[in-house]
Amino acid sequence: MTDISTDILVVGGGAAGLSAASEAASCGARVLVVESDLQLGGQLVKQTHKFFGSKDEYAGTRGYKIAGILLDEIEECGRGVEVLTNATVTGYYAEDKTFTVMRGEDSYSRIKARRAIIATGASERLIPFPNNDLPGVYGAGAVQTLMNVYGVTPGRRVLMVGAGNIGLIVSYQLMQAGVEVAAVVEAMPRIGGYWVHAAKIRRLGVPILLKHSIKEALGGRVVEGAVITELDDKFNPTGQERSVDCDVICLAVGLSPTTEILSHAGCKMRYVPELCGSVAERDRTMRTSNPDFWSAGDAMGIEEASAAMVEGRIAGLCAANSLGLPAKMEKLDEYWARLDHLRAGEVGEKIRSGIVKVSRGGWEACCNE
Amino acid sequence: MSESESLFNSGILTDERPGAIRPPCDKWKAKKSGLVIVECPQRIPCNPCATSCPTGAILPFEDINDTPVIDYEKCTGCAICVAVCPGLACFVVDLSFGKDKALYKLPYEMLPLPSKGDSVTCLGRSGEALAKGTVEAVIEPKRDKTYVIHVSAPKEFANDIRAIKVGG
Ligand SMILES: Cc1cc2nc3c(=O)[nH]c(=O)nc-3n(C[C@H](O)[C@H](O)[C@H](O)COP(=O)(O)OP(=O)(O)OC[C@H]3O[C@@H](n4cnc5c(N)ncnc54)[C@H](O)[C@@H]3O)c2cc1C
Ligand code: SF4
Ligand code: SF4
Repeated sequence: MTDISTDILVVGGGAAGLSAASEAASCGARVLVVESDLQLGGQLVKQTHKFFGSKDEYAGTRGYKIAGILLDEIEECGRGVEVLTNATVTGYYAEDKTFTVMRGEDSYSRIKARRAIIATGASERLIPFPNNDLPGVYGAGAVQTLMNVYGVTPGRRVLMVGAGNIGLIVSYQLMQAGVEVAAVVEAMPRIGGYWVHAAKIRRLGVPILLKHSIKEALGGRVVEGAVITELDDKFNPTGQERSVDCDVICLAVGLSPTTEILSHAGCKMRYVPELCGSVAERDRTMRTSNPDFWSAGDAMGIEEASAAMVEGRIAGLCAANSLGLPAKMEKLDEYWARLDHLRAGEVGEKIRSGIVKVSRGGWEACCNE
Repeated sequence: MSESESLFNSGILTDERPGAIRPPCDKWKAKKSGLVIVECPQRIPCNPCATSCPTGAILPFEDINDTPVIDYEKCTGCAICVAVCPGLACFVVDLSFGKDKALYKLPYEMLPLPSKGDSVTCLGRSGEALAKGTVEAVIEPKRDKTYVIHVSAPKEFANDIRAIKVGG
């Protein structure tokens, strides 16, 4: 087992982690980014569509290109930022303030860091239904990885479960890859994602069936179809059923924040439905109740890459500042103005009401110890 | 929930709303190169249409969540917004194109890419085939893989044709 030490450990190399790393390094911190995947970029590398947001967050640019922009920024930090890919942080031992990291399949290291920024993103939720263990039932993330990272189509004809942004966008990407989308089923009486994303696939002929869900997958050894059912106002099946011809069932029913390391570190957590799971309490600097730990991005509540990047910058700036490095703390107000801007709309309302529940004012005082 | 409301809730525009207002008829008919039609009726944090319109025809947003408002006097039908809108919610329809035909400038990100002269199927908001159209030009304004396809097709569908299907 080897030992590594750094000023600031960033766990997760997605939108939030990369932004945090470059911000902290630009203040003069020595930063180590640890990423489980073989490459940096997190969810961004799978997003072939153009992003929303404003120019500051690269609106109108495709997700994977934004990953490229962030990687160039990391490159420019030179030796300020070191990166370990194919390396997973498996735990934090509070008694000796040490992280363990598994590199590849069988090599372990210990990491000692003065500060940590947890930017581990989210994991996909699944729902139970008969035969959901058949090959051909995928999470939307897996479908995206197959198509957009490895260039492999998952099948011929897909039933999409869930009309949030992920379900809508992945449906569109499937069609771009030449895969048919049989239908999108959504339990709620309206789409959860942006209306324009729904309109995009509607005009290409994909039905979006509101108040519908999957009842079961059909097939012996692999998915050969599905039965969908209509739901009433209380989400109970109405008995109106029909079968759908498909060889792939793609589940896009939501994400939950990945927070194990924050729990290891004893950060105060709280279940907040608006943020899609149990998340850490935080102050304005994205610091948790453990004064050595910051967090940002989907790990702090499921939101968007645009917000994840700004939160990452806040965490990077403030973690560096807490080490006594020359951080331009006046940027904090500007970053918050950007977040407030992004969260001002109808869709941001949910996020705002969730964040209020986990925001704590008091910890900022210990910023400059 | 009414039929039209549930259609709208599933992504089909059923009537005019803020962010999805049609151009005034007289101006539209007279305008060479056409006018923009925006169908973006939900407040979302997005503004590239406004920030990239070269003439300021899509009025600057006060708040990034605003829905687009258009000054038709300023719109030149250049279709830059068609190419940059990440929601594929901007279209240009040129009613001055011909006697019976209008020129539809539509965003396209699918395969195969059509070529000038090809016959394509013009689709409405729920993917229904409305008419055959002829590809007049294939443009990639921002060199970013969003194409703007110029298709000539019957004028009567000016309020309906919003996509094309190539081949098959
Ligand atoms: C289909 C889809 C479409 C989207 N469209 C948009 C959009 O249009 N606009 C927008 O703004 N956002 C969009 N998003 C959301 C956006 O991708 C995410 O909000 C954003 O990527 C979150 O960034 P993050 O850094 O918090 O997490 P992630 O990008 O998920 O990165 C987390 C990283 O941490 C790594 N990791 C996790 N645990 C560990 C560990 N223990 N050790 C080491 N590494 C670890 C993971 O491998 C991952 O790379 C979309 C998401 C999806 C799925
Ligand atoms: S067509 Fe051109 S001028 Fe008209 S709104 Fe779009 S970008 Fe502006
Ligand atoms: S760019 Fe497109 S999706 Fe974004 S606000 Fe403008 S019209 Fe709506």
